[in-house]
Amino acid sequence: MIHKFKINGYNIVLDVNSGGVHIVDNLTYDLLENVEPPFSEKCPETVLKKLSKLYNTDDIKECYDEIVSLYNDKILFSEDDYEKFAKSSVSSPVKAMCLIISQDCNMRCKYCFASTGDYGQGRKLMSVETGKKALDFLIEKSEDRKFLEVDFFGGEPMLNFEAVKAIVEYGRKREKEANKVFRFTITTNGLMMNDEQLEFINREMKNVVLSIDGRKEVHDYMRPLPNGKGTYDRIVENFKRFAKARGDKEYYVRGTYTKNNLDFSNDIMHLYELGFDQISVEPVMADPKEPYAITEGDLAKIFREYEILAAKITDILDSGKFINFFHFMIDLDQGPCAIKRLRGCGSGNEYICIAPDGDIYPCHQFVGIEKYHMGNIFDGTFDLDIKNEFASAHVYSKPECRKCWAKFYCSGGCNANNYIYAGDIHNAHKLSCQIQKKRLECAIMMRALRMLEKAE
Amino acid sequence: MKHIKTINKANLKASAAKGGCGKCQASCQSACKTSCTVANQKCEREA
Repeated sequence: MIHKFKINGYNIVLDVNSGGVHIVDNLTYDLLENVEPPFSEKCPETVLKKLSKLYNTDDIKECYDEIVSLYNDKILFSEDDYEKFAKSSVSSPVKAMCLIISQDCNMRCKYCFASTGDYGQGRKLMSVETGKKALDFLIEKSEDRKFLEVDFFGGEPMLNFEAVKAIVEYGRKREKEANKVFRFTITTNGLMMNDEQLEFINREMKNVVLSIDGRKEVHDYMRPLPNGKGTYDRIVENFKRFAKARGDKEYYVRGTYTKNNLDFSNDIMHLYELGFDQISVEPVMADPKEPYAITEGDLAKIFREYEILAAKITDILDSGKFINFFHFMIDLDQGPCAIKRLRGCGSGNEYICIAPDGDIYPCHQFVGIEKYHMGNIFDGTFDLDIKNEFASAHVYSKPECRKCWAKFYCSGGCNANNYIYAGDIHNAHKLSCQIQKKRLECAIMMRALRMLEKAE
Repeated sequence: MKHIKTINKANLKASAAKGGCGKCQASCQSACKTSCTVANQKCEREA
């Protein structure tokens, strides 16, 4: 399988199964519309005749030979022989955990998937005891995995910061005893961040995600306080202070765009101009009936906006400055192995979520969905049937993914979005897919051009 | 080649043979939480 596309004046061909990326001229692009394996020794006369209206016959023959040569080298139209690996996709050790440390929030974001922070289950905080028990559970289920990821999530985790501190302290003690390494992360809306909290976060957290949507009017409209007032002015000052103190350590500012700001490249540039250079901004996932929901009719505008964003980021990089947009990050040589790419985020299998009362769910987005309630850390229940269902949810068990060119990049998409918006974890959520594919095309194009520049 | 410039090592198949160690980051944890992009994760296998 190949996938070819044109962006910003470049013709790119991806060989899906080898991961090969080729930049081609217009002749190759058009020729690939007309030829495919099995290849004859010479370019078919019908194809020559058809393309000779546009191109020189000798050039067509030469180009055909190049295509056949790459086919013989197995980097064009290469075979899909990964299904045998997918069939051995079995239950894995648990290595990552999301702790809903606060099922409460001090903002009232209109698009919140967690129903303004309480996951539709009432406002509550996780106790230190529950957090400690969750870490013990993770150590027990992690088998030979050394690096264990724990994300403090909400609601707003800073509403329960004393518990965060106590749980991290406990983790630091337990990791030595168990020969593990905890990698703690936290996601915060930035309303509460004093110097002492900032120092603790910078010391203990491997990554920090700071939630901000972009321009003041965009952010304040979707992310107000409970009294309706905007939050931008307060959080920007806190985030600037944080980023300065953070130095070279990892963090992201993370935003959500909606139907209200389909010109979101301006929000990303706004975040960059504020001084943040590691940025993740994603489309809102919402019931199509919501006024801010993104729908099929918005896609053309969104696709164009990603192209604009790619050009803006390229300009910044060309000027010698740094910016990293999370969804354009791609390593075409040393990315994750093909096995990892078959199964995606690992939710329900390698990755689980613990709610404040100790209930276990496949991930934070499944909290409160009874069908996928996997058990509870206090009574020792852990539903291995659900775990196995997620373990075997790979790109070959998802019908639309099997035939998709992007399957080794998105790895079957988000199981929660698939379930919530397409009815089953195996059903692709088409809106997400289309946006994902456009982002990937931009990312591949940008990386390919960088690599080409270096090579030349 | 005159018409086609191959950009990368195209080593996805080779990665399958020695892959699957599971040491890498769970892809949802880092900066998204509402989508899944695996291709931007790093391989953490020790050489």
